[in-house]
Amino acid sequence: MTYEVNTIFYIAGIGIIVAMIHTVLKQMGKEDWAHWVTLVGFIIVLYMVATFISDLFTEIKRTFLFK
Amino acid sequence: MEIIQIVGLGLVATILTLVIKEQKPMFAFLLATFTGVMIFLFLIGKIAEVIRVLERLATQAGLNLVYLETILKIIGIAYIAEFGAQITRDAGQGAIASKIELAGKILILVMAIPIITVIIETVIRLLPS
Repeated sequence: MTYEVNTIFYIAGIGIIVAMIHTVLKQMGKEDWAHWVTLVGFIIVLYMVATFISDLFTEIKRTFLFK
Repeated sequence: MEIIQIVGLGLVATILTLVIKEQKPMFAFLLATFTGVMIFLFLIGKIAEVIRVLERLATQAGLNLVYLETILKIIGIAYIAEFGAQITRDAGQGAIASKIELAGKILILVMAIPIITVIIETVIRLLPS
């Protein structure tokens, strides 16, 4: 449980940092770079969340006797 | 006192979601999803214990395990469908959420058909012909 609580802060931190980088790059006039940064951050977080959802589904399958 | 952990987790996640939602709504959505997954994973351990007890009682009572298995599958379907529907509704897609719930109901109905058939056959056999 304690190990997984960190993941919430990871996700929130990545979100805040990506928003910050996005703003800075936008101010510098590099719109396309800003979008790439957002996309990469989003993919990283999406991968983490997808892993956990997969864990949840296997756990549900195991618990509720799905074959 | 696991409930304090859960409530604290929910409050922290809510505050973080509110902070991020201003800048990046997608991250807020993923954060909410992840919190839901975590709480579900936490609860599923407890549910597994209850299911073990139920299984033990069913074997002691000499019950046909097929019925218990069907009921467990129905509970699992309800669980997953509810989870998906809530996440989807949270993201603002009420229509997809309703479809997920509909699919859950229909799959539960399909699973329940053998049990319903057995009940109806038993009742018909009891009736004097």
